[in-house]
Amino acid sequence: MHVPDGFLDAPTSLATGVVAVGGVALALRGARRELDDRTAPMAGLVATFVFAAQMINFPVGAGTSGHLMGGALAAVLVGPWTAILCMAVVLLVQGLLMADGGITALGTNITLMGLITVGVGWGVFVVLRRVLPSRISMVAPSAAFAAFVSVPIAALVFTGLFAVGGTAPVDLQAVLIAMLGWHTLIGLGEAAVTGLVVGSVVATRPDLVHGARPFVAARDLEIRVPQVVAP
Amino acid sequence: MGAGHGHRLFFHGHSAVHRAPAHLKLLALVGFMLVVVATPRDWYAAYAVEAIVLLAVIALSGVPVGYLAPRMVIELPFALFAVLVPFISHGPRIEVLGVTVSEPGLYAAIALLIKGTIGVLASLTLAATTEPQDLLRGLQRLRMPDLIVQIMGFMIRYLDVVTAELTRMMTALKSRGCDPRSPRHWPVLARSLGALFIRSYERGERVHLAMLSRGYDGRLPSVENA
Repeated sequence: MHVPDGFLDAPTSLATGVVAVGGVALALRGARRELDDRTAPMAGLVATFVFAAQMINFPVGAGTSGHLMGGALAAVLVGPWTAILCMAVVLLVQGLLMADGGITALGTNITLMGLITVGVGWGVFVVLRRVLPSRISMVAPSAAFAAFVSVPIAALVFTGLFAVGGTAPVDLQAVLIAMLGWHTLIGLGEAAVTGLVVGSVVATRPDLVHGARPFVAARDLEIRVPQVVAP
Repeated sequence: MGAGHGHRLFFHGHSAVHRAPAHLKLLALVGFMLVVVATPRDWYAAYAVEAIVLLAVIALSGVPVGYLAPRMVIELPFALFAVLVPFISHGPRIEVLGVTVSEPGLYAAIALLIKGTIGVLASLTLAATTEPQDLLRGLQRLRMPDLIVQIMGFMIRYLDVVTAELTRMMTALKSRGCDPRSPRHWPVLARSLGALFIRSYERGERVHLAMLSRGYDGRLPSVENA
């Protein structure tokens, strides 16, 4: 899943690096609004959670397995800006301490798995939240659909990058079809896991789910007084 | 779990590579890999020089090859793709070992494998010779935004705590007959992931309160002065 060194040429890698730096700089400003001075510990722990969730593999078919990317999941749970920071830090730690994903491809990886999956996932989620009936039971299905859309879009952008700076003379149409087909399957897994996880958190601690805040805030506290019947 | 313990890839040592400042190592790694990535596809002499430089650094660091080699399996999915490239590429066909493959595709695949392997080995060398705390300080010296360094610090600090928590949950699930690979058990799995999220989030809140009570004002003193 992580793009390694040498897959895209140097200019493309540098260009995606610039995009990633710009996106993360925007997220640094935005995250302060979402979490204020709690940002560092909270985002750190959520990044750790995303990393742990990525360790669970699900079978995709043909004996291979995909794992959760977690962009849309993090966006719905903690908000898009914090989610971008979390994904960027996860990829940074994976690249620097675990040799997972190339160091020159770090910008590409952050752009694809940080900015694109979080951005698309959150965008689709917000649109669905507006369109669908505003009930808290709609949060989990919307998150699932947002996760499903975010994965093939990231694959699409990767194919675009490959067309610009790919280092192998592969038939682009073949790459596109393979990437889209494969990532639609992965997207289904991503959607299932995202929907179920968001659903379970909404069921137990709806106040923690950033995407469910409008519904939680709208609930009025209802104090029921026992009706005392006069003797 | 003290704060100073090494991470999974770290190989304890006192070589010049271990002692070199982390920010120089980071810059060297990025510069070296940019050169490798920018090397034209068929400059095999250049690849040889790059590989020799990398191997010399590894020899200097004293990290045994037997330690690094098994950890290179992380490259495997990508190597599988590289092997496929000659078959799905266009261009004139040539016959290698009785199989007809695309000629430019074959050269592209060889270059991909060389660059990818050098990249993984170079990253592994950095990870094996640098303590996470030094890496954080190096990133700080390279003017990485303070908030990112702090988030990274918290992630590195709690990585083992949270993954151990997940491992305990999985052990408990498996001992009760759950098969994590079967889609039928995904709902159970997802509920435990949800529980893991709530636990991580609440741990973050407790950590924040504990930090506030010790005078946290948005900056971390330990990373700065140490």
